[in-house]
Amino acid sequence: MTSITPLNKSSKQSVSSFSEPPHKEEHADHRLFGLIAFLVADGMTFAGFFAAYLTFKAVNPLLPDAVYELELPLPTLNTILLLISSATFHRAGQALSQTKAKECQKWLLITAGLGFAFLASQMFEYFTLPFGLTDNLYASTFYALTGFHGLHVTLGALMILIIWWQARSPNGRITNENKFPLEAVELYWHFVDGIWVILFIILYLL
Amino acid sequence: MTISIPPSTKNKPERLQPTGWLRYFSFSLDHKVIGIQYLVCGFIFYLIGGALASAIRIELTSPVSDFMARDVYNQVLTLHGTIMIFLWIVPVVNGAFGNYLIPFYVGARDMAFPRLNAVAFWLIPPAGLMLISSYFINGAAQSGWTAYPPLSISTPAAGQIIWIISVLLLGGSSIFGGINFIATILKLRRPGLQLMQLPMYCWAMLGTSILVVLSTPVLAGTLILLSFDIVAHTGFFNPTLGGNVIVYQHLFWFYSHPAVYIMVLPAFGLVSEILPVHSRKPLFGYTTMVYSIMAIVVLGLMVWAHHMFTSGTPPWMRLFFTIATAFIAVPTGIKFFNWVATLWGGRISLNTAILFSCGFIINFVLGGITGVALAQVPFDVHVHDTYFVVAHFHYIVYGGSVFVIFSSIYHWYPKFTGRLLDEKIGRLHFAITFIGFNLCFAPQHWLGLNGMPRRVAEYDPQFTFVNQLSSVGALLMALSTLPFLWNIFYSAFKGPISGDNPWQALTPEWLTSSPPPVENWIGEAPLVTKPYGYGQNAGGEPQSTSEGET
Ligand code: HEM
Ligand SMILES: [Cu+2]
Repeated sequence: MTSITPLNKSSKQSVSSFSEPPHKEEHADHRLFGLIAFLVADGMTFAGFFAAYLTFKAVNPLLPDAVYELELPLPTLNTILLLISSATFHRAGQALSQTKAKECQKWLLITAGLGFAFLASQMFEYFTLPFGLTDNLYASTFYALTGFHGLHVTLGALMILIIWWQARSPNGRITNENKFPLEAVELYWHFVDGIWVILFIILYLL
Repeated sequence: MTISIPPSTKNKPERLQPTGWLRYFSFSLDHKVIGIQYLVCGFIFYLIGGALASAIRIELTSPVSDFMARDVYNQVLTLHGTIMIFLWIVPVVNGAFGNYLIPFYVGARDMAFPRLNAVAFWLIPPAGLMLISSYFINGAAQSGWTAYPPLSISTPAAGQIIWIISVLLLGGSSIFGGINFIATILKLRRPGLQLMQLPMYCWAMLGTSILVVLSTPVLAGTLILLSFDIVAHTGFFNPTLGGNVIVYQHLFWFYSHPAVYIMVLPAFGLVSEILPVHSRKPLFGYTTMVYSIMAIVVLGLMVWAHHMFTSGTPPWMRLFFTIATAFIAVPTGIKFFNWVATLWGGRISLNTAILFSCGFIINFVLGGITGVALAQVPFDVHVHDTYFVVAHFHYIVYGGSVFVIFSSIYHWYPKFTGRLLDEKIGRLHFAITFIGFNLCFAPQHWLGLNGMPRRVAEYDPQFTFVNQLSSVGALLMALSTLPFLWNIFYSAFKGPISGDNPWQALTPEWLTSSPPPVENWIGEAPLVTKPYGYGQNAGGEPQSTSEGET
């Protein structure tokens, strides 16, 4: 029998007797990888919605009296808001690497602010549009897509506030040594921005 | 139960766990416990889904709907399909064996994200219970496991919405599991272990998990839109409101064709582990197997519209999807020949594990052949939505995946429990299952070719005899679970002690005690670079460990 395989040990032995390297070393670095895989999955949900929208556009004519018109200025502003917020988040990350805590917090707050400004402006657009959720096929798809994206922005903005709060706490939950929460939210935020750009092109420009 | 708190608990997942039986009811983070949880939970749902199947077959012994009302029949049929796919085969071939085996195979002590792993499992029981309870509350969904609109929009809303929520939860569970497997296989490999040295099941799970991550979210999005149609009266898929049902079909099959591979690729992997052990030969054509799996993953994402040949698909689309489907038969065939070549000339011990694996090979070939036939448009337009399709996919999902699950249980039971299953009862179980299965589903080819539609409680009286034949087969299948249940319960307490490695297998899960200790190995994980080095005594050590052939 093999020499490296200790045999006949009961599985019920006391767990604390292990002095193994803790799971931490094994796992810590893979969280970002897991997040990327998750974002790929999330992106596929959007891809499904985009495919549905484009197919509807291609093969389903609007019913005769249906209204579906979009204005450009507001969504353009929204695009700019989100793009800037990606940049400000990047600055927050840089500040953290240079251990400038105060500056990092400032940029985080600005980013969250931009996110909420985006949501407010999106709300405003919803209320001024000439069509409602159930009016027609394009309208429904429009709301489903922008709504699903808006949900992502809302979650993102809330998470930014949470890490901002953690970064403020004196014993430093988020520091140069423990960057993962910030990096994760940053990656997510860039992803949500990227989706918006595609959405903007498909819904408003095409 | 022992609860031990190690010095630094902060980042140590779960040393704070109950031990003994209780751990199977806890939010355990141990991949082995989670694997067993998946297996047992899945098997309970299998019994429920099987009871529903028996009800269907009882109804179909006579051409009129006398045993069940029509709408009850539809509910039973929908529940049966949904339970078997989402609560039995997918969780068991992926979640159960994946969780138990993959960390061993990569030489890790656990999955990459143990907590996510436990969450993924614990989504399943509530989702399943909710699905089943819908039957008693307001009537379950009636539109089949495919939930095609406009049927799913026009049948009673409550059951359909509960169905959607359950499937969303199960889809979420599946995605979390998939992410975990990808991370574990790619990131947790023990130093020194190369990708091309991994046991084949790892490759199968890697491919499957890629499919899960890419396709399941599309189903989730689609079902969310469908729920809007039901609850908010939008018209995405409602033609009377200007919507488009064909878009639903495309999105649904973009998930659900890959889903058939999510059910069968892991089974391929498991068979590739079992055959070499019991025929004492290396797995034939390892490299081609790996490439075949990857080819199946890529092609599997490009063949979905072969389910839609009668949905008014334009000619170019029919052509494209017929050809793509024919292509996917090539890597599938390669795998088949590799298994046969693995068995060829081996010192086969005809135990229950290998009997079920061989049963799988036979059934799968039959199902594959009817699959290729179905992919031909001129043929498919005649038999689409008939019992021929039912026969085809049961040959694959039951004759394929479920046979492999049984084979795997016989093979790994000693690993799980440290005891052997009874071989005599096992062979009896196999014989009844194999005969019952073929008696149940082979006649359905004939029924389909002669025009009996699927998903109906009533049929033309000329089909009565053959349907009764099929029902006798179903009865045998139902009976076959009895010796099996007896075997697993009896052997758990009274079975002969198996020792650590009763099959003298070389894959890493056997190079530790049976059942294994909490962190899989006492001391370092063994480096297994030749998991299939059976019978290769000439030319140096087959194995980096001294474990050899006996
Ligand atoms: C050799 C490869 C295969 C080919 C060429 C193939 C082809 C097809 C085709 C063309 C259909 C559509 C028939 C129709 O609805 O008219 C079909 C249905 C089906 N196949 Fe396969 N198939 C293959 C393998 C599999 C596998 C591996 C599985 C599952 C593990 C599977 C499960 C199913 C299911 C569940 C359906 C019926 C779906 C439904 O309408 O409810 N097939 N297959
Ligand atoms: Cu298919």
